[in-house]
Amino acid sequence: MNTVSGRNTAVRTLLYVILIGVSAAFLAPVIIVAINSFKGKFYISEEPFSLPDSETFAGLENYTSGLEKTEFFSAFFWSLFITVFSVIAIVLFTSMTAWYIVRVKNIFTKALYFIFIFSMIVPFQMVMFTMTKTAAELSLDTPWGLVLIYLGFGAGLAVFMFCGFLKSVPLEIEEAAMIDGCNPLQTFFMVVFPILKPTAVTVAILNAMWIWNDYLLPYLLIGSEYRTIPIAVQYLRGGYGSVDMGALMAMLVLSIIPIIIFYLFCQKYIIKGIVAGAVKG
Amino acid sequence: MALKKYFPIFVLPTLAAFTIAFAVPFVLGLYLSFTEFTTVADAQWVGILNYIRAFSNDDFLNALWFTVKFTVVSVITVNLIAFALASILTKGLKGTNIFRTVFFMPNLIGGIVLGYIWQLIINGVLQTMGVTITYDPKYGFWGLVILMNWQLIGYMMVIYIAGIQNIPTDLIDASKVDGANRMQTLRNVTIPLVMPSITICLFLTLTNSFKLFDQNLALTAGAPSKQTAMLALDIYNTFYSRIGWEGVGQAKAVIFFVIVAAISFVQLMLTRKREVEQ
Repeated sequence: MNTVSGRNTAVRTLLYVILIGVSAAFLAPVIIVAINSFKGKFYISEEPFSLPDSETFAGLENYTSGLEKTEFFSAFFWSLFITVFSVIAIVLFTSMTAWYIVRVKNIFTKALYFIFIFSMIVPFQMVMFTMTKTAAELSLDTPWGLVLIYLGFGAGLAVFMFCGFLKSVPLEIEEAAMIDGCNPLQTFFMVVFPILKPTAVTVAILNAMWIWNDYLLPYLLIGSEYRTIPIAVQYLRGGYGSVDMGALMAMLVLSIIPIIIFYLFCQKYIIKGIVAGAVKG
Repeated sequence: MALKKYFPIFVLPTLAAFTIAFAVPFVLGLYLSFTEFTTVADAQWVGILNYIRAFSNDDFLNALWFTVKFTVVSVITVNLIAFALASILTKGLKGTNIFRTVFFMPNLIGGIVLGYIWQLIINGVLQTMGVTITYDPKYGFWGLVILMNWQLIGYMMVIYIAGIQNIPTDLIDASKVDGANRMQTLRNVTIPLVMPSITICLFLTLTNSFKLFDQNLALTAGAPSKQTAMLALDIYNTFYSRIGWEGVGQAKAVIFFVIVAAISFVQLMLTRKREVEQ
């Protein structure tokens, strides 16, 4: 691209000023929340932009009370449980389905493909009430039931992405495996799935970001018995009386930390996944 | 091919989950929007009455208008800023990766958490005027716009960066040789060639803004008096905090679906036409 040349230092300085200013605007909200999480709960709303001093500093009090009120560790466990198993289920089952759709061409698989695509444009509110009732009727209002529901909801985008990739995979390799005596299951797991790996990573990342942060679906389905992190944070807000701002700030910080750690380790894959997902979506 | 017989293994698990989570609830939802019900079993056919009640419901009309305004403003601001940042970050400056990391970060934070982060910041700023975010709907509106920008700019920027990096360098050089200035190069070379990225970014911001729920719930929860409730939140409230309005809630949901589907369709048609084959 058009590189800024050495003589253009003024332009370069200006660009850096813009970038640093925007970075500050992006980081400030998180830093302000982090600072406030160490202030006494009554000082937070009063002076959100001041640093804690000897009078307002509360140490880890907000963290201990927040952890207790929200049962944060249990929420963290359920968030992790639901996200991990849903992502595994989605990647595994939809890649198999996509291979079947692409390789067995008939009117039925074509219709199936179309219905999966269609589901991608339907907003959650359309099925919110009836899905919750159907799931409860089938006793699926448990963490494992939620995994199954996520498989159903995630199927549209995942099948679409796997199909898009599979269409460009040549048949010859699979045919060779079949001739060598592999049954379709062996062919899929030993030959096809390894080729699908880049798409599988993209599908896994897009779904992990969605499921980890999802609030409404788990709240409606299992929220009265099991809390995920978003439900735990919202729970602090709900109920009666004034909100414990101290506990809220501390829980916001604890919700963000795992995401930032995950992001710093997997940044390369996340950004690649976003771009790949966008190009195909 | 032998694969055909393996239908129960390859397709059935996905299809069963899809049927339970989506297909049955979707059809049932369409049907129930023409009935009055409190549970699925006691539905009574009422024709289009629910739709009439939905369209004569002030909360719904207000939410629709609020959502449209919010979506228009967000789509424009998010995409302009994201595109501007992407063009700065593709100039080969040092430290580009660090800036990209920072700008993308908010996107990974969930909507509920984002809402409370910004509630603190915006209330802190408004405090100097002695009010809070729920004092006037315009504060809630601009609060949501700022939040949406903060969340989506990094995501869209990453897609624009990929689009700009895909432009062959010789095309830019050729336009310079031909004497085009910066603006002309941008308008006649860069933008047509990143049109696929623009299509997808417009599509993503449009649908994300239109369907916003978590952020809306956490930031204002619709206050003051439902004036900052967007469509998704209004539908939720109709279902779960108004007894006897389930049918109207479902009708609102169907209207919501039709609008989202129509925008997705029209928007894709319009921008696909303008894409340039490389």
